Amino acid sequence: MPVKNKKLNLKDKYQYLTRDMAWEPTYQKKEDIFPNESFEGIKITDWSQWEDPFRLTMDAYWKYQAEKEKKLYAIFDAFAQNNGHQNISDARYVNALKLFLSGVSPLEHAAFQGYARVGRDFSGAGARVACQMQAIDELRHSQTQQHAMSHYNKHFNGLHDAAHMHDRVWFLSVPKSFFDDARSAGPFEFLTAISFSFEYVLTNLLFVPFMSGAAYNGDMATVTFGFSAQSDEARHMTLGLEVIKFILEQHEDNVPIVQRWIDKWFWRGFRMLSLVGMMMDYMLPNRVMSWAEAWEVYYEQNGGALFKDLERYGIRPPKYQDIANDAKHHISHQAWSTFYQYGHATNFHTWMPEKDELDWLSEKYPETFDKYYRPRFEYWAREHAEGRRFYNNTLPQLCQVCQIPTIFTEKDDPTVLSHRQIVHEGERYHFCSDGCCDIFKNEPEKYVQAWLPVHQIYQGNCEGGDVETVVSKYYHINIGQDNFEYIGSPDHKRWLSIKGKQTGDKESSSSQDAA
Amino acid sequence: MSIEIKTNSVEPIRQTFGHIARRFGDKPASRYQEASYDLEAKTNFHYRPLWDSEHELNDETRTAIRMEDWYAVTDPRQFYYGAYVGNRAKMQEAAETSFGFCEKRNLLGRLPEETQKQLLRLLVPLRHVELGANMNNSKIAGDATATTVAQMHIYQAMDRLGVGQYLSRIALLIDGSTGTSLDESKGYWMDDELWQPMRKLVEDTLVMQDWFELSLVQNVLMDGLLYPMVYEKMDQWLGEQDAEDVSMLTEFMRDWYKESLRWTNAMMKAVAGDSDANRELLQTWIDHWEPRVYQALKPLAEASTGVDALDETRAQLATRLKKFGLQSQGVSA
Repeated sequence: MPVKNKKLNLKDKYQYLTRDMAWEPTYQKKEDIFPNESFEGIKITDWSQWEDPFRLTMDAYWKYQAEKEKKLYAIFDAFAQNNGHQNISDARYVNALKLFLSGVSPLEHAAFQGYARVGRDFSGAGARVACQMQAIDELRHSQTQQHAMSHYNKHFNGLHDAAHMHDRVWFLSVPKSFFDDARSAGPFEFLTAISFSFEYVLTNLLFVPFMSGAAYNGDMATVTFGFSAQSDEARHMTLGLEVIKFILEQHEDNVPIVQRWIDKWFWRGFRMLSLVGMMMDYMLPNRVMSWAEAWEVYYEQNGGALFKDLERYGIRPPKYQDIANDAKHHISHQAWSTFYQYGHATNFHTWMPEKDELDWLSEKYPETFDKYYRPRFEYWAREHAEGRRFYNNTLPQLCQVCQIPTIFTEKDDPTVLSHRQIVHEGERYHFCSDGCCDIFKNEPEKYVQAWLPVHQIYQGNCEGGDVETVVSKYYHINIGQDNFEYIGSPDHKRWLSIKGKQTGDKESSSSQDAA
Repeated sequence: MSIEIKTNSVEPIRQTFGHIARRFGDKPASRYQEASYDLEAKTNFHYRPLWDSEHELNDETRTAIRMEDWYAVTDPRQFYYGAYVGNRAKMQEAAETSFGFCEKRNLLGRLPEETQKQLLRLLVPLRHVELGANMNNSKIAGDATATTVAQMHIYQAMDRLGVGQYLSRIALLIDGSTGTSLDESKGYWMDDELWQPMRKLVEDTLVMQDWFELSLVQNVLMDGLLYPMVYEKMDQWLGEQDAEDVSMLTEFMRDWYKESLRWTNAMMKAVAGDSDANRELLQTWIDHWEPRVYQALKPLAEASTGVDALDETRAQLATRLKKFGLQSQGVSA
């Protein structure tokens, strides 16, 4: 036996334990085995240049992940046993969880499916293995989130049918269409969309706000999930950066394709994050930081450094980032205004901020809040106090691409709604922005297919013509329990009772055998 | 004696999520249930995939099998992610002890050269079969339309990667971690006549479209003949060739296969039992593939245990399939 050869270093050993198990096929054509690898126009000249973003063999994976799961479930059990939901800052916080479970958790499952597919699609075995590990990680997140929020579901409304709602509810088509868009794309676009644009560039603006929000508001179950998922996320981010560098290094023809994807997915991500911005500024009783501050740190600074780094590949920062940067002063307020008006059609409660909260917003948004938003909110608060809580009964015009109602305003004039329209093959389509309109123009045949909730309701495809029937029968939103104003809601009453402000407490005892 | 701890409790307003309650009633649900049922998106998909415009995302017609409800296929092991990795962590701990033991005493490095060559020629090339199984199961996990089904296949995909890695490490124990044995072994996989029918079979599975047909071929027919043949029969035979130490390095595979039978049997039972049409389709696929799998393994049997051993495992598979109302060419015992 050859003994004179050198011992493998860690990198080479890992390659032997992953990509070396692959081989050049001879009985079937390579393009038949990997039929999805070329249609996007991405040119890969040499998969052996793929740098494994992490080196984790399955035995180590099982071991580390099992240790993490053991600790995580110990906390979940303790949280449930001690009724940890009673120790959160305020029950309004739970509405952030409702948004998370119905808006984000289903995306984790979609990510599992998406990564499982691309984990088969690439002819490079190193990339396949990294994607498969992310697939099973995403399954983990989808499942641990169910378990983290299972206890809340037993004590609060609106968490009871998340996956069903994700497929149907008007505003949940925003995150759903985002992920459907990525999953229906080719494998390289999927990775550019999810691994790079989403996980690498924007994750600190999605995952971190929810998890920090949990930490600031006494939600031990969710924040423990967040910590436990952190090392998975770190792996996913490393994959995201490797993917983009690898594609760009392989062939110069890839650069314009990737640039277009970065432009598209930055904009789609930015639009979807309006929901997170609103959550940060309005739904957390104990606030972590404002949306504007988060955007400055995590996008303008970190993203700025990243795109500086990518300049040498011929990549420029995403198109319309100036509009996004400017919009940080507005979008959370515009989104909350919208959800407040349509609070009869949501699975969470809405409310007007209290005075100290309005003051916080004035302080965080000195140039815009007092001028454009505070007066409106104070007006709505007065209306509510006088028994006229405002609900808007006209269904909104949705953007054909991001599917958010066309609520955003022009960069140069926050009193003018931003609205674009074009006629494509005889049909008129509406958009919230040039960013979304551009995305449509690049792939009209894709976006004409969009399942727009408002259109679907008007076309009678949602089990009824009136909002009440759609909301209750089709969405499974329990009217009077899950929706409407927070003040006076069953959640609110239950919380007051927990805090001993009304009767309803029940002493009980559980016995345990002492050895 | 018992002590009483006073707690301030509030009665829950519901016991579980609505989608779980619709299936099982509003009562406390298991972690498996809350992690596995009705999480996958079912309807209102926005865009047809660019890579398959004939279908929607999560389209049930990506297989010709029709199920009233795919969630009827469940995992008797009740594996959600946490339970899965917990179980595998224990299994890998035992494997690690065995590999450590062999490495410390250089048990494989001390084997006669001829025996080492047999391991590299007859056993280690199976790492490539495992990689094919890994790819196939990843595809199935992406295509399957119920979380209960999809998750079993992603566990299976990762398991196969793990098994491939254990097989690779057997070669690394032989060559003292230089990789030369893996190169030699891969040469057999690529060029030795012994492996060509198997390599062709694996490559043929890699172009299959129907994910349930693929699961049947990969996880029931191929594994159903290969695992008992290699890890039981050939394991004994290797023992007779002075390579009994290898047996402790393949213990993981034996334990793993025994366990995998639980879910593959449950899946076959649910799918074949759902309709005559399903059973007939499965039968067509079995008629087509089972003889090919048998032929692909035959050279390996001829070079090691003899064909009788393969025929025995073939009969075992036939007996197993019979329980689902299906026939294969093995003579049922």
